[in-house]
Amino acid sequence: MSTPERYDAIVIGGGHNGLVNAGYLGKAGLKTLLLERRHLVGGAAITEELVPGYKFTTFSYAISLMRPDIVQDLELVKHGMMVLPLINTFQPGLNGEYVFLGADADANYHEIARHSIEDAEASRDLDHLISRLCRALKPWMDRIPPNALSADPAEVAALAELRDYMASLDPEVRGLMEKFVNRSAAEILDEYFENDLVKALYASSGIIGSRVGPRSKESGLVWLFHKMGDYDGVPGQWGFHKGGNGGFTQVLARAVEGFGGTIQTNAGVSRVLYEDGRATGVELQDGTTLSADLVVSALDPRQTFTRLVDPDDLPQDLVQHITEYKFQGTAAKVNFALSAVPTFPGLEGREDLYMGFTNLGPSIDYLEEAFADCEAGRFSRRPFLDCCVQSTLDPDMSPPGKHIMSCFVMYAPYHLAESDWDTERENLGDTVQATLEEFFPGFGDLVLHREIVTPLDIENLVGLSEGNIFAGELFESQLFLNRPAPGWNQYRTPIAGYYQCGSGTHPGGCVTGGPGMLAARQILGDRAG
Amino acid sequence: MPRTTPFQSRLEPLNQTGIWKHWSGYLVAPQYQYSLNAEYYAIRNSVALLDTSPLFKYRFTGADARALLERAMARDIGDCPVGRAQYTCWCDARGYVLQDGVVMQVADGEYWLTAAEPALHYFRVLAREMGCAHVEVEDISSAFGILALQGPHAHSVLLQLTDAATPLKYFGVTSATVAGCEVTVARTGYTGDLGYELWINAADALTVWDALMMAGKGYNITPMGTTALKMARVEAGLLLMGADFHTSRFAWVDAQRETPNELGWGWMFRKLAQDGRDFVGRAAIATELEQGTSRWTTVGLAVDWHDYERAFVEAGILPPRHELYSESTMSIYRRGAKEWDYAGYASSFLSSSLLRKPIALAKLPLDLSVPGSEVDLEISVIRKPKNVLARVERMPFFNPPRKTALMSGSAE
Ligand SMILES: Cc1cc2nc3c(=O)[nH]c(=O)nc-3n(C[C@H](O)[C@H](O)[C@H](O)COP(=O)(O)OP(=O)(O)OC[C@H]3O[C@@H](n4cnc5c(N)ncnc54)[C@H](O)[C@@H]3O)c2cc1C
Repeated sequence: MSTPERYDAIVIGGGHNGLVNAGYLGKAGLKTLLLERRHLVGGAAITEELVPGYKFTTFSYAISLMRPDIVQDLELVKHGMMVLPLINTFQPGLNGEYVFLGADADANYHEIARHSIEDAEASRDLDHLISRLCRALKPWMDRIPPNALSADPAEVAALAELRDYMASLDPEVRGLMEKFVNRSAAEILDEYFENDLVKALYASSGIIGSRVGPRSKESGLVWLFHKMGDYDGVPGQWGFHKGGNGGFTQVLARAVEGFGGTIQTNAGVSRVLYEDGRATGVELQDGTTLSADLVVSALDPRQTFTRLVDPDDLPQDLVQHITEYKFQGTAAKVNFALSAVPTFPGLEGREDLYMGFTNLGPSIDYLEEAFADCEAGRFSRRPFLDCCVQSTLDPDMSPPGKHIMSCFVMYAPYHLAESDWDTERENLGDTVQATLEEFFPGFGDLVLHREIVTPLDIENLVGLSEGNIFAGELFESQLFLNRPAPGWNQYRTPIAGYYQCGSGTHPGGCVTGGPGMLAARQILGDRAG
Repeated sequence: MPRTTPFQSRLEPLNQTGIWKHWSGYLVAPQYQYSLNAEYYAIRNSVALLDTSPLFKYRFTGADARALLERAMARDIGDCPVGRAQYTCWCDARGYVLQDGVVMQVADGEYWLTAAEPALHYFRVLAREMGCAHVEVEDISSAFGILALQGPHAHSVLLQLTDAATPLKYFGVTSATVAGCEVTVARTGYTGDLGYELWINAADALTVWDALMMAGKGYNITPMGTTALKMARVEAGLLLMGADFHTSRFAWVDAQRETPNELGWGWMFRKLAQDGRDFVGRAAIATELEQGTSRWTTVGLAVDWHDYERAFVEAGILPPRHELYSESTMSIYRRGAKEWDYAGYASSFLSSSLLRKPIALAKLPLDLSVPGSEVDLEISVIRKPKNVLARVERMPFFNPPRKTALMSGSAE
């Protein structure tokens, strides 16, 4: 079966990057079709009303790295973008102690000083230095990275520019950059802090979504990556989109349609069609073929290079890279509908505790133990949890007086040594709930509904290979010049007219839109000749 | 010693910052929480509760009440029937603005007015000059507390306490019973969002406050200080006396005065040619409108996001955005060959977190007032003046349909 409709561009996958890409292509005047396999767009950024009145952020739940240019270029405010401040951070311990940080720097100083007066000051130094580094790196987040393998004089010049730029950085800033690349989060933290609760608070950014412990070398870079965004111009801060990240992707969908793009759901693509090394269209899972001059894959690198096209048609060094590219998902989600906010002993009745991230992972050792389980091929018996009771910020997430709580769970390795995820699903839920019970006695009594999302669910539902939340680890070997493979880090593929724009391309995973935006820039540049 | 409003005993423990300021001699909280943005977003995301009791409140009664207001007010009081409120202003004989305020006719021939500055004497003198014997003007400022309930869930909260305000048209007024207390509810506010203002007998203040806070619990009701309110009103394109204009009463020279037309209120005079109203300042205003002698137009300005960003990035620093609100004068220049070619000024500036761009309320000459007109706005970057591109934008900057929508539903 074949339809007569012809598009200038077809974007495969309605995650936020596919939507951003389609938005830019539509804005440039291209007749653009976006194809999404599921019944809804958003990919890993969706909100689902699983129980009437309760909106679950099934997968991702907070926003910070969204590239500001996109907000302006795609007029997202007009379409309803609204990011609420996550005003507080709560780091409870298991012995009644806690760190509770808010919007006031001086109050935060005194709060940390309760644990260590030196840490209170050091945290200001470190925060400022990280902000300076992020500011320095930002321009490179928002441009197409150089191609390190190209002999093209423009690419050679871009690489030289990069080298000169890095060399020109203030030595203190460059020094921190080198630390983040070469050292573990724990090592860096040891240099700045003495208190374990404070260290653990910082260390959580270094392990999120990655198969690393706080003492693994790669955790430095993972930490830095999570600080590259901002909330309302405040570096490193996170926010919560009205209606969850699904609320945000609905905004994007309206923007795509506003720029004339067409979105088709329930339209899984089985393969990309190409002739003589040039893309000609796509074939849907139901056999329909659609033709277009341009095809953009917003899926991860494994799908883009080995599923949607025949890897035999690609250069073998590229296929080799993609085969070795690390996914190794280690994260899960357990989301709760609650009858009330949890109670922390000593701070009863304090809803404000939960108006932001609540980090359950009170020491470096706790996090390392959780990671040791992962290395042994099982999910953590006492997991690290990054929680957020989003209904304390956005009343439309739950019925009045009731709450919705998102818990991001580390570690849950995709490959279980002695079991499988269908068997372990409820066990994971119980383990997470038991951990919450430890910190918040009586938690179980509050639970009205529980949603468990295993790494296998992430793979099956979203299409993220092995459930890696970032479409591939955020390791140096897989970032920037190397994302997803050296020489193929500029959104093109070996097939002319076939491009990639998923989180497996620069700048990488998280709700950043960067891949979608930069790929559009590359596509439109190539078209202009 | 500052006075306190009838809500003070509830406000006191809520003010986590411990910071208070004075408003017309009363103690008020600029913000309650450390996070100003949390209060600002309550207006757009959930529901905010604000004590605006320090406003001056006047009651006009008697057979001549209407005649006095017809004479005093620049806007036609005839357009304010019973059960309606009206945004209005009053001027001096030379057509310069004395004050703006909201007037409502709560019962046949009985009007209540809010004002930012004292005006009792002014209205009484005017009544005497007119020879109006049958009007009583009273200061009822301390007889009532006023609470502004503003935000997308304002109606959900109010509906739990009374269905008398459902549906209530935009700028409609009704009496209602809340928690056993008689209150007057107006569908008004200073935020440009869905909202209500409740006039509450001072003795009932705490009862009504508690009822609203309780009803709002499930909707994240957030006590809001005056700063968040001022931020929201810039997005709503609403002027603030003392910032965007000043009363003519205490001005030294005309350069410190503004006419209603210069403040963008020309729409109050659309029917001037036909209506024959004899209000204070009419002759001057009519002449100004006929001859086009207005010196300014009040416009909304949106700063170009990229240009603002660039100004700071080039200097090696982060562009300030977060919780940035200012009422200091900023100069505006024409863009062209000539440098620093003065054109006008901005009087309120907000880096709008919601709209993701800096916006301002500005005075510009007529030729630059068309939406889309480009000007340079002077900002300060590491203590040096720097111009950034700004464009005239139609106000309100933010105007959600819910602001004026008819709300439905019945009390549970
Ligand atoms: C559990 C979890 C929590 C996370 N938390 C956060 C967070 O709080 N903040 C943050 O910034 N980031 C978070 N992330 C990461 C972030 O959500 C992802 O990196 C990002 O959303 C990926 O976007 P994408 O557009 O690149 O791809 P995806 O969102 O993966 O979108 C791919 C889309 O393609 C569709 N698709 C797949 N195959 C086909 C096919 N054959 N044909 C058509 N369509 C197809 C899928 O259904 C999906 O909609 C989280 C991720 C997960 C999984």
